Amino acid sequence: MKELIFPFDAKTILRRRRSIKKQLLADGSVRIKKKIAVLGGSTTDDVVSAMELFLLNFGIEPEFYQSEYNKFYEDAVFGSPELDSFSPDIIYIHTTSRNLTMLPESPSETPEQIQERLDGQFEYFKNMWIKLVEKFSCPIIQNNFELPLFRHSGNYDGWGWCGISAFINRMNVLFSDYARKNNGFYINDINYLSSVVGLTKWHDPDAWFLYKYAVRAEVIPELAYSVACIIKSVYGKNQKVIDLDLDNTLWGGVIGDDGQEGIEIGVETAVGQSYSEFQTFLKGYKNYGVLLAVCSKNDEENALLGLNHPSSVLKPDDFISIKANWDSKDRNIEQSANETGLLAESFVFVDDNPAECAIVEAQIPNISVVNLTSVSDAMYQLSRSGFFEVTSVSKDDLHRSEMYAANAKRTAQLKSFDNYQDYLLSLDMNAQITDFLPVYLQRITQLTNKSNQFNVTTRRYSGSEMEEVTKSPDHIRLCGQLSDKFGDNGVVSVVIGRCEEKTLHIELWLMSCRVLKRDMELAMLDELVKKCRERGIDKIIGYYYKTPKNNMVSELFGSFGFTLESRDENGDSVWSLDITSYENKNHVIKVNKKEFSHE
Amino acid sequence: MNKNEIIKRLTEVFRDIFDDDSIVITEKTTANDIDDWDSIEHINLIGAVEDEFGMRFKMREVSGMKNVGEMIDIISKRGK
Repeated sequence: MKELIFPFDAKTILRRRRSIKKQLLADGSVRIKKKIAVLGGSTTDDVVSAMELFLLNFGIEPEFYQSEYNKFYEDAVFGSPELDSFSPDIIYIHTTSRNLTMLPESPSETPEQIQERLDGQFEYFKNMWIKLVEKFSCPIIQNNFELPLFRHSGNYDGWGWCGISAFINRMNVLFSDYARKNNGFYINDINYLSSVVGLTKWHDPDAWFLYKYAVRAEVIPELAYSVACIIKSVYGKNQKVIDLDLDNTLWGGVIGDDGQEGIEIGVETAVGQSYSEFQTFLKGYKNYGVLLAVCSKNDEENALLGLNHPSSVLKPDDFISIKANWDSKDRNIEQSANETGLLAESFVFVDDNPAECAIVEAQIPNISVVNLTSVSDAMYQLSRSGFFEVTSVSKDDLHRSEMYAANAKRTAQLKSFDNYQDYLLSLDMNAQITDFLPVYLQRITQLTNKSNQFNVTTRRYSGSEMEEVTKSPDHIRLCGQLSDKFGDNGVVSVVIGRCEEKTLHIELWLMSCRVLKRDMELAMLDELVKKCRERGIDKIIGYYYKTPKNNMVSELFGSFGFTLESRDENGDSVWSLDITSYENKNHVIKVNKKEFSHE
Repeated sequence: MNKNEIIKRLTEVFRDIFDDDSIVITEKTTANDIDDWDSIEHINLIGAVEDEFGMRFKMREVSGMKNVGEMIDIISKRGK
């Protein structure tokens, strides 16, 4: 919904909250349900009601628990029956500098005394996190701290031992250190947020005295948005691709008219510099695993001429797809999406032409669009939008672009074969299919939480739930990696089954869409049957739960030779397979023959 | 600013906040007259009224207002 996309108007959101919520709930979209406990050191009602809107808009239907005012610590450390029975999927701890109880009090304190305060204050929070993880083993989002509005000692406050700002900055470092060492623990960076909106706008002491609001009401939507972005990222709802126009978006001028010498890119002019900075900025996204694509009304030859400009930071190789032609842009985006196996709604389209933006927005449901009015506005919008909010960085993220490039080479090779089986054999595929190894757990969790299409149950697992499954003696787990002569695709398939006497119930079966039609699912099935036989299991039950996105696997179990047991009106189905006479189905992938690197 | 104009604009604010187009307010209206007007919505309402009239209530005023009439009196003095 437009009102909820960055940059949003906070005042409108606050004033029309009820009607916006009503509209969202009536829009017919299917949402995942999540239980969110908000433990606050200040009033949290408005934070929760704004967060609700943003989450609904991200496809998450939240149910909230709120601690009593300022009872965050008691709830976490001593527990509360309400919180226990609520059993949260995720916990947000909304504390601020107002909740720091051990701040330095006087310049007469020694550095050692200040250090004790710092350690004590950090222990106070850490104790809470440990207790929460022990009890709920779920992700925790924790605010860091904003700088104060008032200072006694001017600049000295930022660096003197007894400075409040200095103390807060040190606390923030301790929080970040903890976050880096603990999976499933995320910082909501209100130190950045309060800076970016400005401390004078962030703080509202009157609102604290009157209502125990720790931030000005007007900023609450910004705060709530920031938390909502972390949550949707944890549940795999990030965008994946930035699809870029060329003329006056990646460089100044029109390549078709101005020629390679005529476009502005590089250090010679101010305009050229701004485009260089923009390209460098975009390349930074690529390093985090965001894919880049081009969608431009141009002759392809000219498009490549522009990208091969000596000063162009982005080169043709940086893009997973380059569509430079005179077709409509929405069709080009759909095509890029099809070719890469991604959903068009995971694209962010950037164009300087507002008419193109409007068409794309109207034609492709749920796509995100950035109308570039200036390079700096576009960079700001991309930074603050949360499209690509990072909550973990896996090895896979760092190499994603190469993997998609390798896919393009495979497609090219396919054209030289008449027989698909011959093509598959020519790829020289090797798979490693194993139990969940610790080195892959992060990637397994990430893949599990973001795979929508090739996913029979679309069941999501938090990092800690995944760790539990990994330890469980009652589960069979498979993690499949696939490589071929064009490159290593990394972990691409995950299967989890629960054993019940001589039957295995499939709780999760998913595969990355970048390895569709390679028979990897057959290799996984062969391995699953093998594991089942080792445990004396003779029957496998498969479940398909229909979502708006997983139609491609509605008949997966049927294609494996399972028998349909039942099918609900809503499209869900149950399947079974007697494995006593099962014969291996994969004939094109070599399994567990080759050593895979574990880095 | 005259009272009628203030009431007209205030009515819009109330209707947005409580998402109820049937709300009619008078100087005598209090929180008891509107179902959803609890302490939390009160904070929201105050904020939205402040935005609408480009002014801030003083702390004493926020905690002291007894009905919409008193709110109108304050707005008529400082509102824009």
